[in-house]
Amino acid sequence: MIGCQALERDEEIELARQLIDGEPAAFDRFVEHFRAKIFHYSWMMCRNREDAEEVAQEALLKVFEHFDQLREPGRVRSWVFRIAKNACLTKRRRSVFAPPREHSFDEFLPSMGHDGGRLKLQIADWSRLPDGPMLQAEMRDAVEQAIGELPDGHRSVLLLRGVEELSTEETAQTLDLPVDVVKTRLHRARLAVRKKLDEFLRTEVLAVKE
Amino acid sequence: MEPHVHTKKCQEVLSRLSDYLNVDLPPDACAEIDAHLAGCPPCVEFAESLQKTVEICRRYRPAELPAPIGQEAREQLLEAYRRMLDARRTRGA
Repeated sequence: MIGCQALERDEEIELARQLIDGEPAAFDRFVEHFRAKIFHYSWMMCRNREDAEEVAQEALLKVFEHFDQLREPGRVRSWVFRIAKNACLTKRRRSVFAPPREHSFDEFLPSMGHDGGRLKLQIADWSRLPDGPMLQAEMRDAVEQAIGELPDGHRSVLLLRGVEELSTEETAQTLDLPVDVVKTRLHRARLAVRKKLDEFLRTEVLAVKE
Repeated sequence: MEPHVHTKKCQEVLSRLSDYLNVDLPPDACAEIDAHLAGCPPCVEFAESLQKTVEICRRYRPAELPAPIGQEAREQLLEAYRRMLDARRTRGA
């Protein structure tokens, strides 16, 4: 990230502890770090820069107004994301109504054809992922597109569990979902991203080699 | 790569791969998947590609960055923080 050194989780916890103790020296670092995180989450959920910046500000405002309600600094990341998720939902309710979609498991499995009751499996060559900056940027775009195409419920799970590395339980609490639903959605979301990357490897990487 | 004859067992294994990769399955279910993978290189290949996907997602950050925070927005947040501290002191007094 440019201009924002990503913090490790224990540094986040320490900043939260300092802010609870009333030490404003931690304020700017905390704001810079979580503002970028909330912006990324809400940008991926809203796909609108202005909305994402407003969500980041509104969520941080709530965070500071209620900082004394954070009983355990160790839970600061999931607590902040819970507030961000609610701010994002409020923002989305005010704008466009997006109907929830569910993905079936099968649509993300590798290309298959029925063959006497059995199925055929074809997978791209993943042994060499792109290492040049241009291809890495293209691959990031492919990941971003895949995440962007997920239904909202799957996208939020992947962003929190797969990108922000909340635990399964934290993700479930943040999103008010049962743990089993988080696991199912995470798997489907990963399969969807894998499929997009598989397609990317079949086309873009081969095109560069030729 | 040659098309692989993919069975219902493969399908069942692929449906549980995230839990397997997260080490989130009971030992007997893990052992069952291990046994299948030992004899099914294409499923291993698929599992490795999913594992790489997990790592790519973990490293992923959007190219889009927020604009630097404005002075007014920063003051608004700092004011909220100070109000929270004041209210807590008042409650504690």
